[in-house]
Amino acid sequence: MPDLSTSYLGLKLRSPLVASSSPLCKSVDNLCRLEDAGASAIVLHSLFEEQINLEAHELDRWLEPNEGFAEAQSYLPDLTSYNIGPEGYVEHIASAKRSVRIPVIGSLNGVSSGGWIRYARLIEQAGADALELNIYYLPTNPSLNSSQVEMMHTELVEEVKGSIRIPVAVKLGPYFSATPNMMMKLDRAGANGLVLFNRFYQPDFDLENLEVIPNLALSNSSELLMRLHWVAVLYGQIKADMAITGGVHTAEDVVKSMMAGAKVAMMTSALLRHGITYLAEVKTKLVEWLDEHEYESITEMQGSMSRRAVADPEAFERANYMRVLSSYV
Amino acid sequence: MPRTKVTIDGNEAAAFVAHKINEVIAIYPITPSSPMGEWSDQWSSEGKPNIWGTIPSVVEMQSEGGAAGALHGALQAGSLATTFTSAQGLLLMIPNMYKIAGELTPTVIHVAARAIAAHALSIFGDHQDVMAVRQTGFALLASNSVQEVMDFALIAQAASLESRIPFAHFFDGFRTSHEVAKVEQLDVEDLRAMIDDELVRAHRKRSMTPDRPVLRGTAQNPDVYFQAREAVNSYYRACPTIVQSAMDKFAKLTGRQYHLYDYCGASDAKRVVILMGSGADAAQETVEYLNAHGENIGLLKVHLYRPFAVEQFLEALPKTVERIAVLDRTKEPGSIGEPLYLDVITALREAGRDIPVIGGRYGLSSKEFTPAMVKGVYDELKKASPKNHFTIGIQDDVTHTSLAFDPEFSTEDPATVRAMFYGLGADGTVGANKNSIKIIGEETDNFAQGYFVYDSKKSGSVTVSHLRFGPRPIRSSYLISRANFVACHQFVFLDHFDMLASAEPGATFLLNSPYGPDAVWEHLPRSVQETIIRKKLKFYVVDAYEVAKQTGMGSRINTIMQTCFFAISGVLSREEAITRIKQAIKKTYGKRGESVVQKNFAAVDHTLAHLHPVEVPANVTSTFEIRPPVPKQAPEFVQNVLAPIISGKGDLLPVSAMPLDGTFPTATAQWEKRNIALDIPVWDEKICIQCGKCVLVCPHAVIRAKIYESDKLAGSPETFKTAPARWREFKEWKYTLQVAPEDCTGCGLCVEACPVKDKTEVKRRAINMHDQLSLRESEAKNWDFFLNLPELDRTLLSTSQVKDVQILQPLFEFSGACTGCGETPYIKLMTQLFGDRAVIANATGCSSIYGGNLPTTPYAVNGEGRGPTWNNSLFEDNAEFGLGLRLSIDKQTEYARELVRKLAPELGDELAAAIFNADQSKEKGIFEQRERVTALKKKLEGMKSPEAQALASIADMLVKKSVWIVGGDGWAYDIGYGGLDHVLASGRNVNILVLDTEVYSNTGGQMSKATPKGAVAKFAAGGKATPKKDLALLATTYGNVYVARVAMGAGDMHTLKAFLEAEAYNGPSLIIAYSHCIAHGYDMVHGLEQQKNAVACGHWPLFRFNPELVQLGKNPFVLDSKPPTLPLDKYIYNETRYSMLRHSNPQAAQRLLEEAQADIKARWKLYEARASQNGATAPKAAVENEPAKETPHA
Repeated sequence: MPDLSTSYLGLKLRSPLVASSSPLCKSVDNLCRLEDAGASAIVLHSLFEEQINLEAHELDRWLEPNEGFAEAQSYLPDLTSYNIGPEGYVEHIASAKRSVRIPVIGSLNGVSSGGWIRYARLIEQAGADALELNIYYLPTNPSLNSSQVEMMHTELVEEVKGSIRIPVAVKLGPYFSATPNMMMKLDRAGANGLVLFNRFYQPDFDLENLEVIPNLALSNSSELLMRLHWVAVLYGQIKADMAITGGVHTAEDVVKSMMAGAKVAMMTSALLRHGITYLAEVKTKLVEWLDEHEYESITEMQGSMSRRAVADPEAFERANYMRVLSSYV
Repeated sequence: MPRTKVTIDGNEAAAFVAHKINEVIAIYPITPSSPMGEWSDQWSSEGKPNIWGTIPSVVEMQSEGGAAGALHGALQAGSLATTFTSAQGLLLMIPNMYKIAGELTPTVIHVAARAIAAHALSIFGDHQDVMAVRQTGFALLASNSVQEVMDFALIAQAASLESRIPFAHFFDGFRTSHEVAKVEQLDVEDLRAMIDDELVRAHRKRSMTPDRPVLRGTAQNPDVYFQAREAVNSYYRACPTIVQSAMDKFAKLTGRQYHLYDYCGASDAKRVVILMGSGADAAQETVEYLNAHGENIGLLKVHLYRPFAVEQFLEALPKTVERIAVLDRTKEPGSIGEPLYLDVITALREAGRDIPVIGGRYGLSSKEFTPAMVKGVYDELKKASPKNHFTIGIQDDVTHTSLAFDPEFSTEDPATVRAMFYGLGADGTVGANKNSIKIIGEETDNFAQGYFVYDSKKSGSVTVSHLRFGPRPIRSSYLISRANFVACHQFVFLDHFDMLASAEPGATFLLNSPYGPDAVWEHLPRSVQETIIRKKLKFYVVDAYEVAKQTGMGSRINTIMQTCFFAISGVLSREEAITRIKQAIKKTYGKRGESVVQKNFAAVDHTLAHLHPVEVPANVTSTFEIRPPVPKQAPEFVQNVLAPIISGKGDLLPVSAMPLDGTFPTATAQWEKRNIALDIPVWDEKICIQCGKCVLVCPHAVIRAKIYESDKLAGSPETFKTAPARWREFKEWKYTLQVAPEDCTGCGLCVEACPVKDKTEVKRRAINMHDQLSLRESEAKNWDFFLNLPELDRTLLSTSQVKDVQILQPLFEFSGACTGCGETPYIKLMTQLFGDRAVIANATGCSSIYGGNLPTTPYAVNGEGRGPTWNNSLFEDNAEFGLGLRLSIDKQTEYARELVRKLAPELGDELAAAIFNADQSKEKGIFEQRERVTALKKKLEGMKSPEAQALASIADMLVKKSVWIVGGDGWAYDIGYGGLDHVLASGRNVNILVLDTEVYSNTGGQMSKATPKGAVAKFAAGGKATPKKDLALLATTYGNVYVARVAMGAGDMHTLKAFLEAEAYNGPSLIIAYSHCIAHGYDMVHGLEQQKNAVACGHWPLFRFNPELVQLGKNPFVLDSKPPTLPLDKYIYNETRYSMLRHSNPQAAQRLLEEAQADIKARWKLYEARASQNGATAPKAAVENEPAKETPHA
């Protein structure tokens, strides 16, 4: 039996199979099932500061008496307390920690500097083993330049790192002009891990009703390639551990991720599509693959096909692109 | 340890004590007592125990009668129990009150005393209700202030337990129930000390239990009933002493000594006034002031009115008294005098004291009762022949009962800060002021008082806050008329109100102004400029909306204006004030989330930089004046009576100005141009497909459509828009969609309903919102021109098409309903279809308020002067009232037909036969019958026989009348259900329209049996645990009732069809209409979308049950919506009424969601089964919205 263990964010994990942040993680029962199916760590669903604020403001808006009419000075009872804010999430972490033995990684999506830090501390205090900063930022203001966006990211990581002691991973999108440089900056800012990459909602058009409709399709293995590419390029150039998320669907995808240089491979869409028990199948097949190919451990293969480890580094560069195009001719 | 000082209102004070010393609380909403029930329900749902450590059971009943019955039962089974009520509610309790008193059962009913509906309903305070129960055997104990409410709530309970006499503890509705004041809160030890557990156990021992069986409620006969009735006498004799003992015991605990009759003033006074209630405080302030200025007068404040304690009463009166004036806050038409007056005379007579007594009425319906009026009464007592049976506070120029008084007389304490704030309901002014009172009351040594005057409209409503703070106790139970601080929170008010009339010379004037200190002057009306200069006002401006915008506060400027008040008024130092405001913000908003707190903190921090003093110029320079309340062309009655009410001067109208019997003209809302919309819809004639959906959904009938021949455009204003009419029948005609800019409330429902999207920019519709101010003048001209375009002959239109219905003139317009109201589009539709022959019985509730609240009312008339006739009888009796209208009409029609038959030879057999056999099933037939009746009346003019004259008086009844019984779910599902059921069973031809908002909307959102499972409402603070009653399905069980459940937003054609079928059905019809409501807690602009969601998730399945289909061999039950496709949570969690439960009790929310989802599934199965019976196939395909004939791509 090959050794599947790996380490990520300084955490010893029994395998590289990590259940990524998804609605499945909202239920403690599911967390237990994920652990049973072979997940070596769990990234909880994200605590969205924006959603907390939105809910708070909505509640405030509609509970604030609209005192203009003598008979109806308000329309809803304003109770003594509400579970508005991070309390539910914090309780969920605590509950998760009580229920599973594998590491539990909190996930946070903030909108304000104060919010990131406040909630990061709460997540740490609740007992999370690590924190994943889910930076879901879509610049729409054309006057905001790339340096400013990058600085926002690095300052955020610095601030959070300066506020908590548990390891911090950064999950972000791929759209940077100089992706390796950006990742290096995050690395230098103190990120213990980089989770590559976030998948963005890409709205669709309803042509009959002329409406923009939210859309998030589950990923497939083809999306893995971009992640492999950047992990392979970055491997060995940064200190932070790398995780691949998005497009990990099969044992082969996991192997590729490891060979590119990732410490863990995170799965979401495959579990949503096939169910939690699918993770056990992937694990079984991963073991089979390793046995079949006579690998003794996961660590053995990590980075083995990174840019610096392959015979032809150009395979990861622009020339490669040219060759692909020419092959169609 | 000193007791906590709290700033609360009278209702909270009463509820605080009642909840602590009772076990069962039966409640029902009625203004102004509803908050007592709301507090009780909330405290119990939050687990707050009574003094014995158990949480009181709070149960909402279907009516006050039901609450009284439940109270009676709870008491009989040995619990300590209470209820709260007012006005009509107390009257509904009378039968049980006799029973409870007859059985010597201790309890206290807390009453926020209110006027009784007579010539008109009034929600405001007087003693007409409590005076109507003085004969029941209940003791009546009056509290005059908020502190007394808390104290007497306890004293009454203690005395009731000991005396076994039940008590009605009352205080003045609004003036005391809603006045916020700083009071000392009783603590649990006080309550324990006053409530003797031995007496509680004695009460329990008397209870009904099979372990010690007794029998009560016997039927007695002439031999013994009388004696048994007299058997209680000793208890009533003992009661006053017991009450005084309780008062004495209370005094030892708290230091506040009360007496059954509290005298104040000169010990050797010769003139004494006697009264009870909040007016006594104003009277005491006046007496103290006048005595300090050389007078020698006294005041007797009555607390225990029943049992009337003659001995203690006489003891309280000074021996020197020579003349007495008794003031009653009630009216008993036809009596020798009002009750307190008669009691005083009887007491004096029985004691052999021959003192002249005059009696008078004051303060009905919260009419102001001021020191000036009090002085007027004392002055009257000085006269050689003082007027008896007088009134004070009004000008009675008909029967000349009124006393004169000097309105300039004032007893205001110069040391008291008197501040007035003019705001909008929506801008948070009242909330901010309540907060300020709390800050000053609880954080400083000052006494504090706040009272709030509200509008009669539900949208764009104006509030005036009256705040007093000072070092001495405040007894001023009247509005401020000499303010040293006036704040105007809305710049547009300057155009409407003379708010500076109340400003003292040298006062401060704070204005929320979009114009800065250098620019504002030129934007003030002349009279405002003149007053500022003449009174030497200190003038400040702040652009609160700019601060709100910068700090994410939206339209709420409460915190900003509050900060300005503290910064300018000097009540506290700026630094201390800001600290206190922030503490208050944390306390108030902390539970709603940190970001809410931070937003308010930011508003405070940004405010002072935007607050500027204005250097007042020496001269008046403005070229415009305050707008007249109504235009010059308004009818005389509107000019003379309604206009003063609109401009806040209704108090000055004399008796002679008022209709004798409550009859008012209709079609008056058109004259009150409120201009409350910031944005109004603007028609894009180029892309409009003329579908009429915007017209249909407009809650205020401000979007109208007409088609007309193009020559009618002659003389049209420059900006008047028109488009070729898209009707096959009117090919060469023009079409115009016009908005009434000054009547629109800016809800935006029309834009949401528009199916068109501009091909080049899809966010644009065929109707889009633009700012009102820039369009007001031009669109007002266009509106006037539009109104003068001819109405199309209705017979040329198909009323079964939404597109054609838009052309029908609405006879319900510009109501004061909430912005985006979900009810009014249904009423408007009814008036478009049947308004010229509609007779409406309207249950009390939202629809009676926006339908009939003064000053102006929305039911209108057509060009022939015909339109709906409307009346609101009561809340509970509306179905019966409507049936009575039907019976009366049918009887007169029958009699008229008998007379036509009898007089046929003289009238001409042809005309008589035509009238007699007229087919009025269609509108055309009705119009033809009208013409025949006109001819008939003409013929009758020349006939002198009694039969002919009788026929002339009822000839109009030969034309079909459409009776509509309209009300909300509180009426139909709860208080009026028995009557509604009976009317449904009657088989008579009435149409019942239930505007189902799923809560008691008008009284502020209390749970009804229409409230769905899982929704939070007042009285259901923990989420409603039981499902909504399926009233529609119940009604179908009769088999001969037409029933439809509709939702205009989900199926406009379906709604239209249901209305037409209901009216066509010659029997009872019931339409239950989904009405989105502000009480649901979301932006009403999404109301139509939520209606769609309600149907799509199966919460609100559309169906029609038409008994006529049975005769055609068909299944009468037609399911009109598709099987549920939307998960319930996707519908309900768009609304705060549901989502807040997820925050307050997530587990309960989840459980109730799952149960409700299962309920939907089960009910859908049942409906499918009903729809499949009698050979009918699968549920009929959905009758959805009328397709917008052409592509939405414009």
